[in-house]
Amino acid sequence: MMKNSELKFYGWRRENGRVGVRNHVVILPLDDLSNAACEAVQNHIKGTLALPHAYGRLQFGADLDLYFRTLIGTGCNPNVAAVVVIGIEPAWTGRIVDGIAKTGKPVSGFAIEKNGDINTIAAASRKAKEYMQWASEQKRESCGIKDLWVSTKCGESDTTTGLAACPTVGNMYDKLIPQGIYGIFGETTEITGAEHLAKKRAATPEVGEKWYRVWKAYQDEVIEAHKTDDLSDSQPTKGNLEGGLTTIEEKALGNLEKIGRECRYIDVLEPAETPSKGPGLYYMDTSSAAAECITLMAAAGYVVHTFPTGQGNVIGNPILPVIKLTGNPRTVRTMSEHVDLDVSGVLRRETTISQAGDALIEHVLRVANGRLTAAEVLGHREFVITKLYRSA
Amino acid sequence: MPDKEAPQLLVHSVKDNVGVVVVEGLKAGTDALCVVTENDSSFRLTVKVDVPIGHKVALVDLKQGDTAVKYGEDIGRIVAPVEKGGHVHVHNLKTKRW
Repeated sequence: MMKNSELKFYGWRRENGRVGVRNHVVILPLDDLSNAACEAVQNHIKGTLALPHAYGRLQFGADLDLYFRTLIGTGCNPNVAAVVVIGIEPAWTGRIVDGIAKTGKPVSGFAIEKNGDINTIAAASRKAKEYMQWASEQKRESCGIKDLWVSTKCGESDTTTGLAACPTVGNMYDKLIPQGIYGIFGETTEITGAEHLAKKRAATPEVGEKWYRVWKAYQDEVIEAHKTDDLSDSQPTKGNLEGGLTTIEEKALGNLEKIGRECRYIDVLEPAETPSKGPGLYYMDTSSAAAECITLMAAAGYVVHTFPTGQGNVIGNPILPVIKLTGNPRTVRTMSEHVDLDVSGVLRRETTISQAGDALIEHVLRVANGRLTAAEVLGHREFVITKLYRSA
Repeated sequence: MPDKEAPQLLVHSVKDNVGVVVVEGLKAGTDALCVVTENDSSFRLTVKVDVPIGHKVALVDLKQGDTAVKYGEDIGRIVAPVEKGGHVHVHNLKTKRW
């Protein structure tokens, strides 16, 4: 384990005190209709990042609340230096702008109605150019490890993830949570079979009960209400089955290895909710689909993601660097361009879990310091909004 | 640990009745080194069929209705008998959920 004095990185300290490890200027569409204008601005102003997505019209109730929380949270993420929001109309565009403005970072909104795409693109491009040049002069500063928010979610899991990659992440959390970082895990359905263990990992019985209610609600209100079979065609996935995982219980037990042996989660968050109980490990109620889950964790403010994979999930996120680690030697051999950290030595008993955990901590700090992840270099920018039900 | 023989099977817990193949191309008849990760103990087991990396092998004879145990926990119900050293997967193991 590195000495505490070495657990440092260079990041951008934002106006609200949070620290980012990337410096994106985001062009954020309020709705599906505004994707084209946002992509035009991205093409026009080099280095900006448009985040096209499929939703934003006629949502209501809890689904609309989640939608705003996701978009505003994405803009607020400290990996984002400044934001240009484009929407079809000014009212909801303004709601996103106002939400992001609370961080103190530069943000402006543009509405297409009464202007058309071309005038909107021109005005938004001028603002994006100003932001891009401003952001390019923001400097990194030395930050302690406690300024780092590190999320986790695994994908295309197999039996090797439960043996090597997931316990490696768990070991990282066991070492870094006591140093004051923020951690988070989720994947509500994929705890099925390990719910008795997950409940016991809460910091207090009250938090454990809160977690259990969230888990049970998904079982009763979604799975029991909509299933047509035992979900064996979806959970485990075809990739999981190919990798040797047979049942959801087996998958869940491997999944839970990501929270290590020692740490306890201190709160249970709504999807895309920002932690508010101070440093520590959090649980977020998320889907187990990789892009949905990571988009929600980015919206909650996490700045580096650790992603154990077995069969080789290729996921990335536009604003959150996703570090992939695998213990499966076949995946290391056949999909090497996607693998950031090879922990297959754990399966050969050449490497202990603790050594693998140290290697991951070192890699997380390298990525925080600017090393691009495989997903970033390969252009993986999966930005996927979680939707709770059909729009009106 | 350079001189240590690399295992063909890893087992999470001493309570487990299935283990995981961690090498590619494991052939029927292999006298496999099995290591239990929770306490570093080891034993040998003859694998009865070719089993792909990541897939499970029965550590004891399992009969219909038995519970498969991995991580020391229940991972589902055996629905077709499998002999010690046999392949355990969707053809003989099912979830107890959903």
